[in-house]
Amino acid sequence: MIHLTINGLPVSVPEGTTILDAARSADIPIPTLCHHPKLTPYGGCRLCIVEVKGINRPVTSCTTPVAADMEVATTTPAIEGMRKTILELILSDHPNDCMVCEKAGDCALQELAYFYGVRENRFDGERRCYAGKDRNPFIDRDMEKCILCGKCVRVCEEVQGVGAIDIAYRGFNAKICPPFEKDLSCEFCGQCVSVCPTGALTGKAWTQRGRQKDIKEVDTICPYCGCGCGITLHVRRNEIVRVSSREETINEGWLCPKGRFGYTFVNSPERLHVPLIKEKGVFREAGWDEAMSLIVSKLGKIKKKYGPDAIGGLASARCTNEENYLFQKFMRAVIGTNNIDHCARL
Amino acid sequence: MEKILEKIYQAFIDNEGNIISLLQDIQDEFGYIPEPSVYWFSKRLDVPASRFFGITTFYAQFHLAPRGKNIITTCCGTACHVKGSERLITGLARELDLAEGEHTTDDREFTIEKVNCVGACSIAPVVIINNKIFGKMSSDSLTKEVKNLREGPREK
Amino acid sequence: MRDPVKSNLTIRVCMGTGGIAAGGVEVMAVFADRLAGRGIRADIRKHCSIHKVGCRGLCAKDVLVDVILNGDKTTYQFIKPDMVERIIEEHVVGGNPVLEWAVGEDYHQFHDKQVKVVLSDCGNINPEEIDSYISVGGYNALERVIKKMTPAETIALIKKSGLRGRGGAGFPTGVKWEICRSVEASRKYIICNADEGDPGAFMDRSVIEGNPHAVIEGMTVGASAIGADKGYVYIRAEYPLAVERLKNALKQARERSFLGKNILGSGFSFDIRIKLGAGAFVCGEETALIASIEGLRGMPRAKPPFPVHKGLWGQPTVINNVETLANIPYIIRNGAEWYASYGTEKSKGTKVFALTGKIRNSGLIEVPMGIPLREIIYDIGGGIENNRKIKAVQTGGPSGGCIPAELLDITVDFESLARVGSIVGSGGMVVLDETDCMVNIAKFFLQFTQSESCGKCVPCRIGTKRLLEILERVTEGKGRLGDIELLESLANDIKATSLCGLGQTAPNPVLSTIKYFRDEFEAHITKKKCPAGVCRDLLSFVVLKDFCKGCGACKRVCPAGAVTGERKQVHVIDPEVCVKCGACYDACKFKAIGKG
Repeated sequence: MIHLTINGLPVSVPEGTTILDAARSADIPIPTLCHHPKLTPYGGCRLCIVEVKGINRPVTSCTTPVAADMEVATTTPAIEGMRKTILELILSDHPNDCMVCEKAGDCALQELAYFYGVRENRFDGERRCYAGKDRNPFIDRDMEKCILCGKCVRVCEEVQGVGAIDIAYRGFNAKICPPFEKDLSCEFCGQCVSVCPTGALTGKAWTQRGRQKDIKEVDTICPYCGCGCGITLHVRRNEIVRVSSREETINEGWLCPKGRFGYTFVNSPERLHVPLIKEKGVFREAGWDEAMSLIVSKLGKIKKKYGPDAIGGLASARCTNEENYLFQKFMRAVIGTNNIDHCARL
Repeated sequence: MEKILEKIYQAFIDNEGNIISLLQDIQDEFGYIPEPSVYWFSKRLDVPASRFFGITTFYAQFHLAPRGKNIITTCCGTACHVKGSERLITGLARELDLAEGEHTTDDREFTIEKVNCVGACSIAPVVIINNKIFGKMSSDSLTKEVKNLREGPREK
Repeated sequence: MRDPVKSNLTIRVCMGTGGIAAGGVEVMAVFADRLAGRGIRADIRKHCSIHKVGCRGLCAKDVLVDVILNGDKTTYQFIKPDMVERIIEEHVVGGNPVLEWAVGEDYHQFHDKQVKVVLSDCGNINPEEIDSYISVGGYNALERVIKKMTPAETIALIKKSGLRGRGGAGFPTGVKWEICRSVEASRKYIICNADEGDPGAFMDRSVIEGNPHAVIEGMTVGASAIGADKGYVYIRAEYPLAVERLKNALKQARERSFLGKNILGSGFSFDIRIKLGAGAFVCGEETALIASIEGLRGMPRAKPPFPVHKGLWGQPTVINNVETLANIPYIIRNGAEWYASYGTEKSKGTKVFALTGKIRNSGLIEVPMGIPLREIIYDIGGGIENNRKIKAVQTGGPSGGCIPAELLDITVDFESLARVGSIVGSGGMVVLDETDCMVNIAKFFLQFTQSESCGKCVPCRIGTKRLLEILERVTEGKGRLGDIELLESLANDIKATSLCGLGQTAPNPVLSTIKYFRDEFEAHITKKKCPAGVCRDLLSFVVLKDFCKGCGACKRVCPAGAVTGERKQVHVIDPEVCVKCGACYDACKFKAIGKG
């Protein structure tokens, strides 16, 4: 264990821990925009700078490992002043249209600007302006709001293993984009959306569907497959307007396109609410009891007439393991056949 | 194109190259980086095309569009700057009828470029015309060189 | 033929980039041709040779040609092909040097005050022939190091010499090697940083062009000291001649077993590959350079870990600059004490500078550390061009600062330049005179660093852009009160918070010009005047009646149609229409356009 002090408070952490993690373990907050615990440290936003006694310039806490007897100060007036300058710089190249921004209320940049009281900005000048919109079906990419923290690039590469986007150009012109600045064409897992600290990446499906303050969050399990990812439904007026996932879930907060964007069926007007029975080629609405009785009698008749092997069962990936277990048990023990298969076994 | 790319690929494997040297080879061959070549190598090497694009746009040497027949590069190093390279460039752009932000003439005869420093500061200002270095350049002599390139060198 | 001349004749033609640009190739061809034409051909190979030599520094006087006849050397300057015939006729055949073309006092003065270590063989040896280097003691140091010295002894010797990195930061080379040696790893690398990107610097180019083997030898010594078996030279693609000579030198060194497997039978193996840069200044920064060699975007990463611990492909890596490595063979050959006898207490040895700008003798110089700046400017440089007044000396390129004329008596070494707000840097030294605007100079460097910022960190990506924008509005006459203070405050924050050396030093040119030339900034902001008459938007162009011949040249070139006047009558510029492009000023052959 390494012993150090942060803001005069003794802290002990394992060797190799960064100053940022050490501080967080002691519940000392340090602002940052480009850090993500699951991704390679980047050191780009420079907001997590701290003073370390004996080092004559601020160091970024997200990249600097602790050392024995280190004396760290996280909020000296000099450090806070520099952080404010950095925020001013970021905001001087930002649309600052929080009134209509999808991210307002849930935006890390807005939050910091608020806490550091960046009202006046000493810097004016050119702002990046991009014409044209990315026409992909899922992800709204508003690159004028991008602060080049690079989290989306890293998550795409390090977590998803896709590399659909990268940083292109350099300096003030640096821009995160797909190759040749084409429309995004990828798996659309939306991992990039989940790590974006600003409104640069949002889901097209949840545009103008409600502010964070009006949303009730409901934790549940994704119904799409047996992975059982933990998801959080964002519900407004009893309607799911968005799906996200928390870092502490079994899936570490990562989702697939179905889990993240495939929720609109829930409120779809085409969705079945009652069983339908087909008679003479035409469906008619029926009650559950009637439908169940029909299934029982039909299965019984077939089994009697043709034997149990005339019946087969196809289970769904959207069922839980328990449901799938029950289904095969039903097929084997009740129907008496081994004709049981699963749609994921392709 | 396929054949050429295959040849570049072989050289890349033989020389333990990296993406930068690969792009340098592509540009040597085509004069710029054609989009299809990037996708070809992306597939071949299983490296995301986005990375190629990121690297291509990071380094000043790479071009994504074909350039003019004649390349006139003005050195913009410190010594050349204090000796008036900026005036050379505005004069040249005027001569070639290039609007601001334009680098290649409509007839693709000329491309003008800037380079940070070619390290020939003692003979500033320096202009490189089709890889030949000209020192102590003046607007007049530059105009003359452009004329020569347009009309072919005058008989001596 | 019976001429005694051919018995001992050497002709050396300067063939650095400067020499070639001035027509060196043609001059050499004419020499070969004419000598052959005179029937001296049979003897050329034996007794008389025409050498290509690397840069000898004074490129402003190219093409420089040495004619060494029976041991007497005459150096000619500004030689053109059509002058060769007379030199052969009068000097080679007649024995009488053509004195009117020979270099003058200033050429000798240029060389006299210099102390040449790294450049000692540049300009004397043929950089394309390994034997030429071996004949002056080349590769002795390598042989001694790998056969008679332990790595620890080599490192101790370099440490004792006091050699510090010549790339900018001035980190002690021996210490760097020692740390790298002490790290346990399956593989180590040594990289020669030849990504000389500073505008106004060409030391590394000249050293490689003039003496590539010294760099190879230094690198191989370094490799044996730290235990590396693979090395890279990362060199700018903008230096084609240097690349070509280096490639050639590597091939020759391999043939002679100075490189490759089992070097000189010692059991030590090491080889060097060339990696061409692709045009990114930031790749001079160590971690960005490593990323670039790995084939990635040249974006720096946070240190620690330092490259000596985790560098190329995650392995311990030493990165030394060209000049640093070229010093190594000479230090080993002549001893640590010899090297340490030059320089000051903390800055040992010599330093190569690229002396350029408004100076009479511009070129490459090598001086002992601690030499007064004034001696460089006036004794070596021969003073200011056109007898103008010196205003400042810019050192260290875009990472450095401006030293005002009042401080010319400071000595040139790491410590004293740092004290006045500049740096030795890689060795660019640009002399500025009274016609240079310091705000414009600051803007120039900011334009450079801003466009070379990689964009990874906020202070450099957006901060340098904002600095530049403020400077731009100041030079356009739109400066606001408080802009100087805003520049200072932002500059200091960028310095403190940027990720890598580029951003950390980018504001230096701004801070140092404000420090010494605040009045010029104030004049731009409050009086809307550029005292040096450089900033276009603050100028007005007028026709000077007494000089105007009415030739109409200005009228023809004016893109805005601001000039009016009849032929052979005095012309007039309408200030309302004038776009201040300066085209008329350039076009007028009678100096009849005034600006102010």
